[in-house]
Amino acid sequence: MKRSELITRSIIVIVAATAVAVPVWVWSRTPLIHARIAENGGWSPDVARARVGEPLHLHLTSDDVTHGFAVGQTDVQSVDVFPGKITDITLVFDKPGTYTFYCTRWCGINHWRMRGTIEVSGAVSDPLTSVERPLYVTLGLNLDAPHDSPSIPGVRASAQRGRQLAADFPISQFTNPGFYRAHSPYQAWQILRANDSLSKNSDQQIWDMVAFIWQSSSTTAQITAGRQLYFQNCAACHGETGAANGVFADELAAAGKASAQMTNGAQNMAVQRPADFTDPQRMLGASPALLQGKILRGGMGTGMPSWGPIFSQEQVWDLIVYLYSFQFEYQW
Amino acid sequence: MNRIELTRLPAIQLGLQSRYPQLAVFVLMLAGYIFAILAGLIGTPVGNQNFSIVFVWIAWWAVLILFAVPLLGRGWCAVCPIPLPGEWLQRGAVLNPPDKKSKWSNLRWPKALRNIWLQNLSFLLLALFSSLLLTTPNVTAVVLAGMLFSAIGLSLVFERRTFCRYLCPVGGFIGLYSQAAPIELRIKDKQICITCEGKPCYNGSANGYGCPWDVYPAGLTKNTYCGLCMECVRTCPHDNIAVNLRPFAMDLARPSAKLDEAFKAFVMLGSAMIYAAVLLGPWGRLKDAAYHVGTRAWLVYVLVFIAIIFIVMPAVFALCVSPFENLSSLKKRFAAASTSLIPLGLMFWVAFSLSFVLTNATYVLTSISDPLGLGWNLFGTANTTWQPLLTSVLAPAQTLALVGGLIWSARTAQDVSRRRSMSSIPVIAFCLATTLIMLWLLL
Repeated sequence: MKRSELITRSIIVIVAATAVAVPVWVWSRTPLIHARIAENGGWSPDVARARVGEPLHLHLTSDDVTHGFAVGQTDVQSVDVFPGKITDITLVFDKPGTYTFYCTRWCGINHWRMRGTIEVSGAVSDPLTSVERPLYVTLGLNLDAPHDSPSIPGVRASAQRGRQLAADFPISQFTNPGFYRAHSPYQAWQILRANDSLSKNSDQQIWDMVAFIWQSSSTTAQITAGRQLYFQNCAACHGETGAANGVFADELAAAGKASAQMTNGAQNMAVQRPADFTDPQRMLGASPALLQGKILRGGMGTGMPSWGPIFSQEQVWDLIVYLYSFQFEYQW
Repeated sequence: MNRIELTRLPAIQLGLQSRYPQLAVFVLMLAGYIFAILAGLIGTPVGNQNFSIVFVWIAWWAVLILFAVPLLGRGWCAVCPIPLPGEWLQRGAVLNPPDKKSKWSNLRWPKALRNIWLQNLSFLLLALFSSLLLTTPNVTAVVLAGMLFSAIGLSLVFERRTFCRYLCPVGGFIGLYSQAAPIELRIKDKQICITCEGKPCYNGSANGYGCPWDVYPAGLTKNTYCGLCMECVRTCPHDNIAVNLRPFAMDLARPSAKLDEAFKAFVMLGSAMIYAAVLLGPWGRLKDAAYHVGTRAWLVYVLVFIAIIFIVMPAVFALCVSPFENLSSLKKRFAAASTSLIPLGLMFWVAFSLSFVLTNATYVLTSISDPLGLGWNLFGTANTTWQPLLTSVLAPAQTLALVGGLIWSARTAQDVSRRRSMSSIPVIAFCLATTLIMLWLLL
């Protein structure tokens, strides 16, 4: 073989091999977390590992639509993950445990299934810290029992009108967190209705007082935070107005079991329409503790996801404050 | 004859006779081709961020259809890397012919298939999957790899560049439209060829290989099947091969008499119109049908696509050409008159391509800096914001291309009609109608 032929062949082989080897080598050394809509696999990989106090660098990319990334029960700011682009985020955990990361963009009807975990190992910094049992567990509430309110106001109850009535009736016993969280508005209404000193007041006036009690048990900061959480995480299904008319509501109903069973195999889930927070019977019969249970645990048989691994206790109470605003006219 | 012989220039002559300049481009193209396959397989599946989609279907396509084909004819075929690996194996060398005989079969391609029907079908096959192909990197990678390995496989069984000549879906339409290009490879003096012993341009010699495109240069009357590989420039012992600059569309003065070439014109004309409707039109259901391969809607789309190209358009054209002739006469007139559609088809593709090339051109900047979607920023352009280019001139440019194509086709139809003693008016009316439809689709 002529020398020129040999050199030319060598050059061709080297160039072709380089065109293969370099991208494959670089690609294999660039670990990415891919985000895809849940129907196409969700997060991949969906498990990451870290050690307490050591930074965890994640490179996120979307393979389809815009997704978001956040880590539950932390103060990590959510970031967007754009198709074909890389989003870098560095996390540092100060406690060991299993954290849930999740999508914060309404990417599809199974958006809420887009979750993964970060397993953080290392020394426990505060061994005396114990996990507080949720109130609904302490109270032993049956989350799936019917809880419709037998009585509802004729018009939307107004905290402002209730404030005027409450001027002549002490409500401090109702506004402590112990009472507010454990009782439904209907239960509060029942107690007030049975009070002789309010016997001359109409049912509507009693409901207005309940609205004032509920407002007095909340803060503007809570309702602001709750509203933000609601719009980020709940409105896609429950709707911006709380009327169960979110952008995915119809699609979820249409998808039916096919959608619900996507990640649950043989579990016989039945997708229902999302809860309607503008329905007074449903909402006025539900205590904050009951709503806490439903939010933390999820629907169990409906499309309602479990938010326990994602929301902190404080966030759950904030959200509940906002949910009642669909029933009561608040005015601070 | 209004031709300028470019090979008279010593630099060009030297550059074409040496293998190295062309081989250098071949090798770079092969590296790019392999990289495109890899990018499609391991890069981001997001099409507009992946090298395979952006550089194949936007950058390469723009260069091919807006520049290479109209101006250089088969210029792309001269540097296309697809035949390189197979040809190396077939020949047993990458430079001049080796002393020993090739160990491969080197069979002749079956006579019944020595036409471009298979190229018509291969283009149609890709066209039917085009919505998926143009947007999905791994599908593009599979197609690119399939073409490369098909070329290698065929080179080991059949002689010369069988894949390029008879199967390549791209080569088919490049050949058709290369007739309109102002570049040609022709012999200088026919008498020299007649008396030339051994015909090394076709059979090869120590200086080079016999024509890889299975063409005898002395018989060349049009560009369709000459791949501008320049082997004949190297093998001709009499310096009798010229590369000429010439007026546009000279080959069209000799109308085609072959049905496979006639149908190629319809495949290309119809595909441009259907692409414009599917990819640029406002019809969501049509886009969905074209994209969701294998569904019932897609099957309907396929049937409609095939019917428009192989039945409706040819039937209407046949009625325009000569409704009352016998079949044999009709076939000849049909094939000849279809030559008029070549400029129109080329301009349809130019107009269609302008739309999506100018709309998506900025993706080239992002993709060149981050070709696999791994977060690189090699040239500092990875975060370039997408924006359509030259939007104010797009519609006028498209209109100009379409109207120009219509005028060009009308003049070609008049030339053909003079040679074949037929009226050009029905053909021009057909061209006018299709142009109006295309204008409606694009504007």
